[in-house]
Amino acid sequence: MTGRETVLEVENLTVSFPTDDGLVRAVRGVGYELRRGEVLGIVGESGSGKSVTSMAVMGLLPASAKVGGSVRFRGQELIGAPDKAMRAIRGGRIAMVFQDPMTSLNPVHPVGDQIAEAVRAHNDVSASAARERAVELLAMMQIPRPRERARDYPHEFSGGMRQRVVIATAMANDPDVIIADEPTTALDVTVQAQVLRALETARAATGAAMVLITHDLGVVAGTADRVLVMYAGRPVELGGVDDIYYEPRMPYTLGLIGSLPRLDDARRGDRLVPITGSPPSLLEPPRGCPFAPRCPMRQEICETVEPELLTASASGPPPASPSGHLSASASDHLAACHFSADLEGRRPEDVFAPTSVDNAGGAR
Amino acid sequence: MSDDSEAVVRRMSKPPAAVVVRQRGQGELVLRRFLRHKAAVISLVLFVAVVLLAFVGGALWRYDYADITSAASVPPSLEHPFGTDNLGHDTFAQVLRGTQRSIEIALLIAFLAGLLGTLWGAFSGYYRGITDSVMMRFADLVLTLPLLAVAAVLTRATSGSWWFVALVIAALQWAYVSRVVRGVVLSLREKEYVEASRALGATDRWIIFRHLIPNAFGPVIVNVTILVAAAILVETALSFLGLGVQPPDTSLGLLVSEADTAVSTRPWLFYFPGAFIVVIALTINFVGDGLRDAFDPTQRKVRA
Repeated sequence: MTGRETVLEVENLTVSFPTDDGLVRAVRGVGYELRRGEVLGIVGESGSGKSVTSMAVMGLLPASAKVGGSVRFRGQELIGAPDKAMRAIRGGRIAMVFQDPMTSLNPVHPVGDQIAEAVRAHNDVSASAARERAVELLAMMQIPRPRERARDYPHEFSGGMRQRVVIATAMANDPDVIIADEPTTALDVTVQAQVLRALETARAATGAAMVLITHDLGVVAGTADRVLVMYAGRPVELGGVDDIYYEPRMPYTLGLIGSLPRLDDARRGDRLVPITGSPPSLLEPPRGCPFAPRCPMRQEICETVEPELLTASASGPPPASPSGHLSASASDHLAACHFSADLEGRRPEDVFAPTSVDNAGGAR
Repeated sequence: MSDDSEAVVRRMSKPPAAVVVRQRGQGELVLRRFLRHKAAVISLVLFVAVVLLAFVGGALWRYDYADITSAASVPPSLEHPFGTDNLGHDTFAQVLRGTQRSIEIALLIAFLAGLLGTLWGAFSGYYRGITDSVMMRFADLVLTLPLLAVAAVLTRATSGSWWFVALVIAALQWAYVSRVVRGVVLSLREKEYVEASRALGATDRWIIFRHLIPNAFGPVIVNVTILVAAAILVETALSFLGLGVQPPDTSLGLLVSEADTAVSTRPWLFYFPGAFIVVIALTINFVGDGLRDAFDPTQRKVRA
């Protein structure tokens, strides 16, 4: 995977929103690199800054948002780029799949027209050629009778089919990057696999790199090459998908994995171990590690010093820059924890205790 | 077992050769949905009948609206279905002529005010902020202008031809439409498909014309039809005050005003144009209702 060209480079991205109560620091120093054809999963709970990060990449944040850092697409800086340049990139080079296909399609236009709209926004083609392309894309997305269905309205499609229409729209211009923002969250579990397959088809057909934003670790496990875990607007762990799942080096990641029901584990049927508490306010992030209040491993240093994102395992070469800011190669495994070395070989249930409610339940 | 259920059984026992799904075009769908709206269909038929009567019947009728017949102040008869006024004008011919003028004026007002109001409201609601404030304060300003006073000044200054009356009324009525459209657009612009369109690289103008205005179509149709009805009434009021259409031309409003002293003595002069006003305003409202339902693709309700 190394050696492939980097298409998207996010470095020290910060986003904050001024509110009446003060500055909400939604994203605090996110960075990642995306190579051609690669799938990067971004996981984290609600409010961890996953979506805001991708909206900042697309330049779609409201004007009131303060955006810092750097987003480079094939070397071109996107932060602060003029609107005209951004329009050429949006939908053309970087496409987006939104969470809810019920609302991301316009109810008053047939779906074929909406895909054709995407084609015509970036290519000087006739309306009929764009419609042809739309039919072709619908066929690739396994929509039956695509020619007839192109004339149907969004409400005449099921949720899964609608999301495939959205994906067809995203791949209309052979983008280099597809950002999928929780593409399966609004859908039934039964159609999630279908949509993920459609995404994979789109990625393979366009050769695009993909950013898959989700809070579903199962989705990431099956799809992503690398995973970025976010917490309270910060990247807390970044690594190959196997590194993250089998050797997490940040207690938060370990906790996420521990709260995931597993079918392939010998101890299935046991109580899951949850992470207690809730994420900190982004209005006044705590001084030290943002996860410290919920962390069973916290020590004094965690309350005062926020850990840097540093190389966590010996498997990869050391990062090129001393700050550890993700100029690292794809094989690197980075974690932001003072005690990441202590986590080697630990299982979720070793670190996180079952809650008292669980104990009471277990006593029955 | 009734004949109906036997037919059903027969049909069901016949093996289905193939399931054929007929493709329906957009126009056909809109038409079908419109036809389902009985009140709208009846109203449309009635409205078209009134229009035909006014424009075709007016040309064919044996009297012209300006003709002065020998029979003055006769009640409705076969010779003069709507009677005559004290000068001997055939009221039927005059009502037809008045209907022509009133419909022309009302439709022109609705078209101009609807167009300007929609664009104004859509841009204002989409851009928000200072643009919105300036545009909407201007609309508020227009709304504060006393319609009758402005119309009086402007129509007095000119000859009072019917299209100028329409222009003046439209210039004072579009602000109502713009406020409604702005409100709708303010909520529409936050929809995810607008964001999705922006993520596809759409320009502001594209979003306004392609996504916002079509989705605001329902409220626009309803408001424009209300506007048609209101325009008829405003024209009536202006003409009643002598500020609208000027004689020898005539309109429904003018006819009503000319007959205001004759309500008890020659009621036909008053009630026939009055009835036409009511019929036109009512049918247009129902047609608008049906149109809104027909153009809304998510509309699934089957009407009785």
